[in-house]
Amino acid sequence: MRRSAKLALAALTLAAGVGEATSAGLQDFAAVERGRYLANAADCGSCHTVPGSDHPFSGGRPIETPFGVLVSPNITPDRETGIGAWSDEEFEAAVRNGRRRDGKRLYPAMPFPYFARMTPQDVKDVRAYLSTIEPLRNPVSANHLPFPLNERMAMAVWDKLYFAPGTFKEEPSKSKQWNRGAYLVQGAGHCGACHTPKTFLGGDETSEPLQGYTLQGWVAPDITSGQGPLAQWSAEDLAQYLKAGHNRFAAAAGLMSEVVELSTSKLSDDDVKAMAVYLKDVSGPKSAADSSADARVLTAGGAIYQDLCSACHKPDGTGVPNLIPDLTQAATVNTGDPTTVLRVILQGAQSVATDREPTGPAMPAFGWQLNDAQVAAVATYVRNHWGKAPPVSEDAVRKQRAALDARTN
Amino acid sequence: MVRKLPRKDVVIIGLGWTGSIMAYELADAGLDVIAIERGPWRNTATDYPPGYAADELRYRIRHELFLSPSQTTFTFRNKMSQTALPIRSWGAFMPPNGVGGGGVHWNAETWRFLPSDFVLKTHLTERYGASFLPEDMTIQDWGVTYDELEPHYDRFEYLCGTSGQAGNIKGTIMEGGNPFEGPRSRPYPNPPQDQPFSHTLFGKAARDLGYKPFPQPSGNMSRPYQNPLGVRLGPCTYCGFCEWFGCGNYSKASPQTTILPVLVRKPNFSARDNSEVVRIDLDSSGKRAAGVTFVDAAGEEWEQPADLVVLSAYTIFNVQLLLLSGIGKAYDPAANTGVIGRNFTHQTTSDVVSFFDPAKFVFNPFIASGAIGMCIDEFNGDNFDHGPHGFVGGGYVGQVQTNGRPIETTPVPEGTPLWGAQWKKAVKENYQSALKPGTGVHGSMYSYRDVYVDLDPTYKDRFNRPLARITMDFHDNEIKQNKFLTDKFAEIFQAMGAKHVQKEYRKAPYDITKYQTTHLCGGAIMGSDPNTSALNRYLQSWDVPNLFVMGASAFPQNAGYNPTGTVAALAYWAADAIRSKYLKNPGQLINA
Repeated sequence: MRRSAKLALAALTLAAGVGEATSAGLQDFAAVERGRYLANAADCGSCHTVPGSDHPFSGGRPIETPFGVLVSPNITPDRETGIGAWSDEEFEAAVRNGRRRDGKRLYPAMPFPYFARMTPQDVKDVRAYLSTIEPLRNPVSANHLPFPLNERMAMAVWDKLYFAPGTFKEEPSKSKQWNRGAYLVQGAGHCGACHTPKTFLGGDETSEPLQGYTLQGWVAPDITSGQGPLAQWSAEDLAQYLKAGHNRFAAAAGLMSEVVELSTSKLSDDDVKAMAVYLKDVSGPKSAADSSADARVLTAGGAIYQDLCSACHKPDGTGVPNLIPDLTQAATVNTGDPTTVLRVILQGAQSVATDREPTGPAMPAFGWQLNDAQVAAVATYVRNHWGKAPPVSEDAVRKQRAALDARTN
Repeated sequence: MVRKLPRKDVVIIGLGWTGSIMAYELADAGLDVIAIERGPWRNTATDYPPGYAADELRYRIRHELFLSPSQTTFTFRNKMSQTALPIRSWGAFMPPNGVGGGGVHWNAETWRFLPSDFVLKTHLTERYGASFLPEDMTIQDWGVTYDELEPHYDRFEYLCGTSGQAGNIKGTIMEGGNPFEGPRSRPYPNPPQDQPFSHTLFGKAARDLGYKPFPQPSGNMSRPYQNPLGVRLGPCTYCGFCEWFGCGNYSKASPQTTILPVLVRKPNFSARDNSEVVRIDLDSSGKRAAGVTFVDAAGEEWEQPADLVVLSAYTIFNVQLLLLSGIGKAYDPAANTGVIGRNFTHQTTSDVVSFFDPAKFVFNPFIASGAIGMCIDEFNGDNFDHGPHGFVGGGYVGQVQTNGRPIETTPVPEGTPLWGAQWKKAVKENYQSALKPGTGVHGSMYSYRDVYVDLDPTYKDRFNRPLARITMDFHDNEIKQNKFLTDKFAEIFQAMGAKHVQKEYRKAPYDITKYQTTHLCGGAIMGSDPNTSALNRYLQSWDVPNLFVMGASAFPQNAGYNPTGTVAALAYWAADAIRSKYLKNPGQLINA
């Protein structure tokens, strides 16, 4: 029985065109299983699959960066357009060191500075899993960056500034759970790719890890334990959010809904708990300074809130646990940057549906109904009435509206 | 050219309540299921957002959520001797359209029928003698009992998060609930909604008169709820925009808020919207369904082969599709033969509009939800002795005031001009102090030999198929029943202290232009005898055993309740029979 199963797997991998692969791991069930799990933890499918496509990992998805649009490559085992002809070492060099097979440097849209923290064995297992994917011929034109950014040579400078090779180091003073969480957050999970502030060259502000950043039209809020927006969240709240996409405070939407759907919801309860335990231990900055919003704006915003928002979010802003976000505690509301709040008011948002929380409630758009001053007023009210986030100007709404009109996603 | 799609295990026609229940149950059993829905897909937040969902003109008056009569309609006549004419604007009922079907726009009044309702003919004959029933009345037993349906009623109530007060738990009568209801296995999943002032006052007056008032069971949430499928609903805000409207607050039970989020995650379920099934295809033997043929929005015709066909459209479309597909023998009222189209019924409702002293009564009638109200059940079914009254049937009566919406909820005393300054003055004086229940008297309509559906000889639809023709009128029994109930109802308003009570009895002839309810029933009824029913007790076609027909079209006659609870319980009952019996041995489940 075991023999025939092994033969079948061998036939499959041969058909998949990875006969050249040297690692015994490629035919090892346990390695493939670990690799699948780690590929989920690393959310590979998100960037390397065109949303809605029936061909996972075949690349071609445009990735928006502050410098232009990159297009993700094909990582199926196709020998010519994918990674079928790569050796394990070449794969590991790409994932952990940002080096392509031809020796050229990868753009850090591929989060190799984080994946460097993964163990070589974990990366090899991911490779083992990817070798089982159906190969698809799909040549991808890699990037649409302007000169000089289209010169990969420039990346040498970037790597020097922002890339610190080297594996994850355990913190012996911390628990096993903490270290597991740290490994996942810093490594495969690459949480900092979105949540850590970036320099003007797109490198991590290493002094402010996980303290929030804004990208692709969404706020990735401060997820540290400090006095920031997650201060009221327990480790259980965080774990539940990662697993289900919903908790008593918030609902994942936008880019984070994709992360939950394709990655964190597929992790074990132990692992999301470990990530939460670690995040609760990352110290963060003090909350945003107290802000004083104009009393008249708050009155106007409050009236709009009672008319349009209170039916779902309740008059006191607390919403309905796991269904309607609690505006007094939602991280994307009580944060310095109003990008997400404005986006959700103007455009509406669909929250993620998961096996654990299948409802996937959505908020409708109000941009057609409210003018810029009204949006600014209601946004100021929800950020300021229960929290201390700074007021939102009419001008900020105008700019966000224009930016959203220009967006395709 | 008709294009043939890959075979599925199950094809479902119509994705409303019963289609969603069947799709979930059969997909859960591991079958590959496709649902085909004539109307569009509808989502809670984006298709009825709170920002504009509360628009009476758009949804109530202009019927946005309903089928457009330009897409298809019916012809109507009162008597067999008349020529039927097409309905060009919906009046007496509203055919639903789109994913969720009637479950989107209903009030969420979630009743169970009485145990005696399911054995009506036997029960009434035993109690009053056969001669007590009118000669042309064609009521029948259902072939299924209340006790058999109880677990399935229970499942639906827990799916929906029904808010209510149990009246009878396993035979123990519960204070504050409906003492006439059949025994239920456990309480409702949620407590009743809070009752507004006028509803509370009605309850008190009814109690003072010796009745046992109780809050109407409601699919509007009294608190946040997570149903057994893991889907969540939020608390109702009492906005008063349920009936005719979709709920954008996730507060009203609908397929969207209870089943579809889980169903659409199933890899063995798929759906096609904006696609109209034009016939159920039979194989060469004519005794098995081969699948269905449908037309998509581009006008392309497709054949969807399937091993099992579930017909779960709105009542009259079920009947029409059976007739057009040549399944079962069409009913002939003259010869009294055939079954398809037989025992078609609707409803006998009426109003009592009451005017109170504005100085003493401020009701705030706009604070309401779809199924909010206090009811009494003393005059429903056979809960009272019909002997002295000379009719059978009945209904619940209640101050079930679902809204105070400004276009239609403008009651003025009789004699007020219909427009102008006098009318405006009267509206202003009475708006806060007049009561106009939604369906105050919600009465049964029993079946008769000359009330039925067949195919119209003249009028055709866009596919050149004959329209369904309704022949319907009220009989003396229903008129008497309605007068009796309306008078009893009015007495309670008088006891509340109304200064003027205006009774609006239901009268013959049946008026197709005046709204009653969307509760059309019958036409493809269930029963024990293939000569008088289209379906067996499991809702399986007697003629085509791989066809099951859901919905109120299976009711042999209409009881005095809103039908959705029973419609859904029957769907769960049928799904259970398919899963536990049919799949093991696909054939006739009952040998008759």
